[in-house]
Amino acid sequence: MDSVGMKTMSAVKTKSITLEKTNTRRKHKKISGPDLAFRICNGIFMLLFVIITLYPVLNTLAISLNDGTDALRGGIHLVPRVFTWKNYQTVLEKDNLIAGAIVTVARTVIGTLLALVTNAILAFIVSRKNFMFAKPLSLFWVITMYVNGGLIPTFLLFKSLGLTNSFAVYVVPGMLSAFNMLVIRTYMRGIPDSLEESAQLDGAGYTTIFLKIISPLCKPVYATVALFVAVGQWNSWFDAMLYNRMRSDLTTLQYELMKLLSSVTNQSASAESMKNSTGTVTPTSVRAAATIITMLPIICIYPFLQRYFVTGLTLGGVKE
Amino acid sequence: MNKKAITMADIKHQKVLLIWSGLIVIYGVIFHYLPLAGWLMAFQNYKPVTGLLHSQFIGLEKFQRLFSDVTFLRVIRNTLAMGVINLAATFIMAIVFAILLNEVTTQGGKKVVQTISYLPHFLSWIIVTGILHDALSGTGIINEVLVHFNLINQPINFFAHEKYFWPIVAFANVWKETGWNAIIYLAAITSIDPSLYEAAAIDGAGRWAKIKNVTLPGIKPTIMILLLMNVGNVLNAGFEIQYLLGNGLVQNVSQTIDIYVLKWGISQGDYSIGTAAGIFKSLVSIILIVIFNNIAKRHGEERLF
Repeated sequence: MDSVGMKTMSAVKTKSITLEKTNTRRKHKKISGPDLAFRICNGIFMLLFVIITLYPVLNTLAISLNDGTDALRGGIHLVPRVFTWKNYQTVLEKDNLIAGAIVTVARTVIGTLLALVTNAILAFIVSRKNFMFAKPLSLFWVITMYVNGGLIPTFLLFKSLGLTNSFAVYVVPGMLSAFNMLVIRTYMRGIPDSLEESAQLDGAGYTTIFLKIISPLCKPVYATVALFVAVGQWNSWFDAMLYNRMRSDLTTLQYELMKLLSSVTNQSASAESMKNSTGTVTPTSVRAAATIITMLPIICIYPFLQRYFVTGLTLGGVKE
Repeated sequence: MNKKAITMADIKHQKVLLIWSGLIVIYGVIFHYLPLAGWLMAFQNYKPVTGLLHSQFIGLEKFQRLFSDVTFLRVIRNTLAMGVINLAATFIMAIVFAILLNEVTTQGGKKVVQTISYLPHFLSWIIVTGILHDALSGTGIINEVLVHFNLINQPINFFAHEKYFWPIVAFANVWKETGWNAIIYLAAITSIDPSLYEAAAIDGAGRWAKIKNVTLPGIKPTIMILLLMNVGNVLNAGFEIQYLLGNGLVQNVSQTIDIYVLKWGISQGDYSIGTAAGIFKSLVSIILIVIFNNIAKRHGEERLF
């Protein structure tokens, strides 16, 4: 299935390349008026799209490298006016941000590993064609996609399970998800049964088949799911606010960022106090620096994982 | 094998699978099914002291209170309105973007644009709303551009007026998800048989004709299934951004059902009313999913389940 997709993709690629060649060859006579107009408009559209997408990010970068009080005057676009590292220094000296960063890294690593292992096991079980409960177990999880208790029952349950004020609340409750299970299951179903059968003839049990035969073939889809889970973990803040508000050692980067945002909204009050201690830093500029630091790992990683999430979305979209 | 009786040999052979299934079911019951028991709270005068088992049952009183609360009705309106506006805006933009990106003939340019287009999806709503605050602030780029081109005289305080809130939320959703949502359409477009385009070209079709007669019909099944999946989620589309961007000045248009639940349930401690509001949302979502699933079935398109 995958290879067919790849083939058509490369076919389309070569086709458009040849098209391009013929187009350039007879440029002066063949491109019709409407076609040229279309290309120009499309080019402008794409350029605008890129500018609108990138500008806010680059602007935040410029503000994070600019003197805080100076930035309040406005007019900073892509280049800092009064360059300084002070905002980053301030961020790196803030204990709550450091604590948040440590917890965020921990929950991303542990949460991703846990989710990956459990979703893979579940997907493996429900994709065994001759397992007696494969269908009911599948249904049991798909239902959870559509029905859930909602915020308050969940909150009270976690409280009574002792999950509030704990690290576990970040990684345990969201561990298994129907969507991720379905993505892996679809991929596993594409693996020929003959592999499992011949292994069974050699006397391999399910554990061996899972670890030695299926999992090595599933690396691409595991990467996809790991990416989805990791991004979700990195970006979450609501659980920190709801369950671990009292534990400052269990705060997350995004939650700290959120608090910085609200301090920016009430700028006038807090700006003064910060000015006294550090001279040139404002909540806005500190937040810009914290935003850039939070974004950086994701920006560095995602371009290299594109093919994985493209696969994942296509697998998840075609459910049955 | 499927319909045959389960033998002892099967059980022995599948022992590992059974043990893991058991563990997973226990986990699932605790984290996904047990909270459903909490729905009882909506029919009780729930007190944390007496708990779920011993609180007094009051029937539908909480629901009656809910629907006579003007705030709640307003909250339903906001949730629905923003859900529909966001769905329409992100949906149309993703399709348009995918089709236009597909028309870009330089492969390098296409790749670069696509890579950039994914970026916002990976940023949290905290970061996105922070960025929006900057862009829309008094000294932000939007006001600067508007003043520069003399479209307005004074910078607008976008977050202080109710009329701007829904468009801002819609724009934020479009900004964040267009590139990501386009992935699946681009994949669908690549799987369209190239000979269809050649045939259309021979018939003298221009770009627009090809888009209209080949590309759009080619991705119609994908569009349909995604629309179905998203319509069921219309009420789920409103929490983070509204919570983060909302403020006292715009709360009449910014508060959604989820925020109402959080406010009454968690902050005010009225668990019963919060749960009732949550149940209402779940029921409407499920009804929407079932209805749209049936519509799809009748039209012979792919189904969700």
